[in-house]
Amino acid sequence: MLLLHWQQYKSDKLNFITCLTFKAGLFSMAEELLKLQNIYKNFGNVKVLKDVNIKINKGEVVALIGDNGAGKSTLIKVITGVHSPNSGKVFFKEKEVQIKSVAQSRKMGIEAVYQERALCDQQELYRNIFAGREITNSFGFLDIKKQRKEAEKILRDYIGFTSKAITVDSQVMGLSGGEKQGVAFGRSLYFNSDLIVLDEPTMGLSIQETEKVLNFVKGLKNENKSAIFIDHNIIHVYGAADRFIILDRGEVVGEFNKEDISREELVQKMIQLHESGKIKVED
Amino acid sequence: MSNLLNSYFVKTHKLEISITIIAVVLFLIYFLGAPHVFTRFPIYRAFMQSMPFFGIIAISATFVVTLGEIDLSFPSIVGITSLIFGIIMTSTDGNFFIAFILATSLGMFAGLVNGLLVTKIGIPSIVATIGTLFFWRGLVNVISQGSGIAIVDVADGTWHHMIFVEKLFGKIPMQFIWFIVLTGLMQWVYRYHKFGNHIHFVGDNKASAQMMGINVDNVKIIAFVQLGFFSALAGIFTMYEMLYFWPTQGEGLMLTTLAAVFVGGTSVFGGKGTIFGTFIGVLIIGSLESGIVALGLSGFYVKFINGLMITVAVTVYALIQRRKN
Repeated sequence: MLLLHWQQYKSDKLNFITCLTFKAGLFSMAEELLKLQNIYKNFGNVKVLKDVNIKINKGEVVALIGDNGAGKSTLIKVITGVHSPNSGKVFFKEKEVQIKSVAQSRKMGIEAVYQERALCDQQELYRNIFAGREITNSFGFLDIKKQRKEAEKILRDYIGFTSKAITVDSQVMGLSGGEKQGVAFGRSLYFNSDLIVLDEPTMGLSIQETEKVLNFVKGLKNENKSAIFIDHNIIHVYGAADRFIILDRGEVVGEFNKEDISREELVQKMIQLHESGKIKVED
Repeated sequence: MSNLLNSYFVKTHKLEISITIIAVVLFLIYFLGAPHVFTRFPIYRAFMQSMPFFGIIAISATFVVTLGEIDLSFPSIVGITSLIFGIIMTSTDGNFFIAFILATSLGMFAGLVNGLLVTKIGIPSIVATIGTLFFWRGLVNVISQGSGIAIVDVADGTWHHMIFVEKLFGKIPMQFIWFIVLTGLMQWVYRYHKFGNHIHFVGDNKASAQMMGINVDNVKIIAFVQLGFFSALAGIFTMYEMLYFWPTQGEGLMLTTLAAVFVGGTSVFGGKGTIFGTFIGVLIIGSLESGIVALGLSGFYVKFINGLMITVAVTVYALIQRRKN
């Protein structure tokens, strides 16, 4: 009996140890999804991004923070193919890539949910969801039936719209800000993208809607999807992200894992940056 | 009745239904006011004969207007392509294929120039196409030196003359059949083809369309190119009907064509429109002149009533739009 206990204990301990090493292994070898290396971007004479290096792993939510004009939006537009960098390298799934268009970044598995919400007001939902990658036959004619059916699925299953007032034939015009954001999220989930880029996803939303959006961001991790997001509200950022990258005037000036920094410290850093233009990283 | 009014079809086709009612009322007025004309066939044959010339262009222009753009140069594109068609027909002793291909290619080239000026150079379309309006008409004048070209010897009695403008069963002008077929085809493309879909998105919100991965410039360029093609086609139809090219050919088309698009309910702001509406717009605008004269009013009223129709229609649509927002 005792022996049995001992063996049980030993195997448990063994399990525990292997489990630990396995976890540690995973952690140190966290799979890299996106890497930007020495990215520069100018608009005319204005240097918007200066030697930016960032890395995003699979299943990780990274928040980009910084003041207005820090280059956050430009940085994510480089990632989504809206802008091309002037120099620097981009690696996606450990392969060097040149992202030249939105269509290309989408094909690779990068999906954007933009500040401007990237939906067209007067068009129906089912058309909006598939805009730019319509379901068509070989002559380019739309498969309206299938688009409507899939859109219905996205509305009910991915977004969880239960309201009868919103159907796939609704125009975007009649939707609230949160509902529009929901559609954009639903779209990114449906197309099974690996990296979701969120530009100010909570801007202009009510408190409940903000809650939904943040829950969505947290939910991404469970599906081993990654996200980069920009938000002005540190409280939102802190709650949803695993890692914080601070940009200032086009440069990365600080990078923190959530376990290494408390919310108050993060706020402190931002105030420090705001006041002195510098950030103390060593402590 | 209220069920019918609330049905999905009615809700989504308000514009088409209103424009159809307007057209029906208008024809009823004609019918009651001038029964001696409107109970007989010849007036309808005359409509079917004349409407397609600007109707084909109006259908095609609906794509450009839905983009939130405008093309004012098509009357001159009609001119230059008709001239080339006439020159080649007469110099090749009626080689229809070469003349057709070259004339429509030139039309597409002219559309391409418009498209490039608007997208790559960044000139607003209203300005760019005023420029090309003068340019192509000027070229017509320079090449033709002000004289016309008769194609009667090489075109009359040929199979192409037959399929373009002769009467089906001795009654229905072929150009009207073509007009109906093209309207159906373009309606299909407008609503159910990827290209038509992209036209709507770009016209609705250019920045959003771009972010959704739609190539905004290409969509615009293709829209101008197809308008160039259909302008050339309309010119060729006119040539077969008249069997003659004259240097001002196409000049009268501008206002009737654009009026048909706007009266048809296509939004001046872009993003929304209807090919069916434009078709009805063509029936309305194309019938006004004869209708007014048949009603016993003098020809001086034609422009006045035309103007009234356009202003009222566009105002009503703008108000509907505003209420929605």
